[in-house]
Amino acid sequence: MDEKELRAVLIETLLDIAPEVEAARLRDDKPLRSQVDLDSMDWLNFLIALHRKLAVEIPEADYARLVTLKDLQAYLGGKLR
Amino acid sequence: MERPRIIRKSAGDLPEPPHLADYAAERAAFSWQRARSELAGLPGGGLNIAYEAVERHARGERAGHIAFRFLGNNGAREVTFAELSGLTNRFANVLKALGIAKGDRLFLLASRIPELYIAVLGSFKNGTVVSPLFSAFGPEPIATRINLGAGTVLVTTASLYERKVAPVRSQLPTLRHVLVVGDDGGSADIPGTLDLGRLLAEASERFEIVPTRPEDLALLHFTSGTTGTPKGAMHVHEAVVTHWATGKYALDLHPRDIYWCTADPGWVTGTSYGVIAPLLHGVTSIVDAADFDAERWYRILQEQRVSVWYTAPTAIRMLMKAGADLARQYAFPDLRFIASVGEPLNPEAVWWGLEAFGLPIHDNWWQTETGGIMIANTPAMDIKPGSMGRPLPGIEAAIVQKGADGRLEMVDEPDRDGELALKRGWPSMLRGYLDNEERYRRCFAGDWYLTGDLARRDADGYYWFVGRADDVIKSAGHLIGPFEVESALMEHPAVAEAGVIGKPDEMVGEVVKAFVSLRQGFNPDDALRRELLGHARRKLGAAVAPKEIEFVGVLPRTRSGKIMRRLLKARELGLPEGDTSTLESGG
Repeated sequence: MDEKELRAVLIETLLDIAPEVEAARLRDDKPLRSQVDLDSMDWLNFLIALHRKLAVEIPEADYARLVTLKDLQAYLGGKLR
Repeated sequence: MERPRIIRKSAGDLPEPPHLADYAAERAAFSWQRARSELAGLPGGGLNIAYEAVERHARGERAGHIAFRFLGNNGAREVTFAELSGLTNRFANVLKALGIAKGDRLFLLASRIPELYIAVLGSFKNGTVVSPLFSAFGPEPIATRINLGAGTVLVTTASLYERKVAPVRSQLPTLRHVLVVGDDGGSADIPGTLDLGRLLAEASERFEIVPTRPEDLALLHFTSGTTGTPKGAMHVHEAVVTHWATGKYALDLHPRDIYWCTADPGWVTGTSYGVIAPLLHGVTSIVDAADFDAERWYRILQEQRVSVWYTAPTAIRMLMKAGADLARQYAFPDLRFIASVGEPLNPEAVWWGLEAFGLPIHDNWWQTETGGIMIANTPAMDIKPGSMGRPLPGIEAAIVQKGADGRLEMVDEPDRDGELALKRGWPSMLRGYLDNEERYRRCFAGDWYLTGDLARRDADGYYWFVGRADDVIKSAGHLIGPFEVESALMEHPAVAEAGVIGKPDEMVGEVVKAFVSLRQGFNPDDALRRELLGHARRKLGAAVAPKEIEFVGVLPRTRSGKIMRRLLKARELGLPEGDTSTLESGG
């Protein structure tokens, strides 16, 4: 899966939880939760859905590092490689 | 593993002698007049929350003591009581200069930033009534509440303003000023708003508190009912007596404490116990602006040397999910008391506290209308895990039932279910619902305030939560009115009718689930479900919008046309549907 495809999966997963998001307006380098209205449960569901879709383990200890789309891409990209 | 049903405690085992050591004796000796006399009162007569919380200490020996330590992503900011006095005076002067008077309503919409705390206390000084909004609300709940409360001022941040207020600004006719804090804490230059940072910098640090009387309105907390619009619960300056007494008995605050209340000031806990109560006791409060994160929280408890921690079941369950091993990587030698509120704390969570922190977690009970903690597990008392504890000094509780003739009957026998009621007269009891006298009257039967919660009392006087008497949804400790969610869904052209329930959830208690029937010509497919979900989230915000939407052919209604949410819930849970004789349609 290349970077572009991974980003597409991220966006698609996000839209399942928050369909109101205008994907074109998202900034990859800004905290996702400051751009999108996600409560704690949405955020948890988002990470769980990514874990299921990509078959990648995301230990809870790593959650704090996953703040921006860029963080998620780098983290998940590294695990998929 | 089989666990004992009681965790034995005694005052002698505690590192700090507890304020409530002898339950019966303290209750017998307690009176609200005596509690009131422990506070100063305004020098010229009267009572003001901000005077008790800030000025009393700023003029005394705790002037240089740290009142708040704000943790942000870019380091900490400490504010002493003396500094807090100056900052809140500046804010009061800002209001005064804008022509905001005593009794005007100020709304707050912000995350846990210093300006929010300054605004709450500065408003009290100006006699201005404070109404906190949850920053995860969408534009619609925000507009509804500001309009119901006839808000004249709003304090918010740049990004919240742009995302949530600007779209509905034209629908807020009473709102005269919006004071904005930049997202980085700095200045904000947005058309139609004022830059709060600049106004504060230009304002004087001296202010004479507007004389408020004990019965003057101080806080307006919106809460959700089953039907109709949210209710604005009115609280007065005298509530400070309850905040003080419960900070003493239920949270056991002592001068040396470092205290952390994790509740957001957008809700009543974050106001009564995140702002007011710790200041009254002159203790240092930790405020963390960041969202929940298990490791971050453990680090805060350890590094900030938190001694008293007031949190919520949802957060505790999220910590449990991360495992006790993670907790044990940290050390909490200073932590001596943990309390929880928002929804009943399951016994496993009480025990888990012992595993992770070496301390049980103390559940307590209260609600927006009561303004402060009413029933609690206090430090020196035996804990029965799963119970909310016993009534605090000054609080008389009972289990009641409506008899056949509509009259109230006391349920004196132990272990019988009924409605939890409280004898009126404690200082932080609501004084009314804004513009809704009739709804307020319905909360009382004679001298008893009816809480809407079903509970039972055991032979030892401990209270146990049973359920809500109405259809209100409790998610992550917050009440969500199904009607508000249904109304937002009905605004979508595809929706014919909507019924909203709380679906039990291990983590947050209940999640909002909507059952929707469609108008002719619309297909119940995934694309439409996403569209409805997006529609609801845009209007209501993530905290209120449904997490799940299910299409149904027709919703069950009573003959009088009311949607039978109870039946929807029974079906969702696979429970017997009970008496359906009043049903209009079988769905």
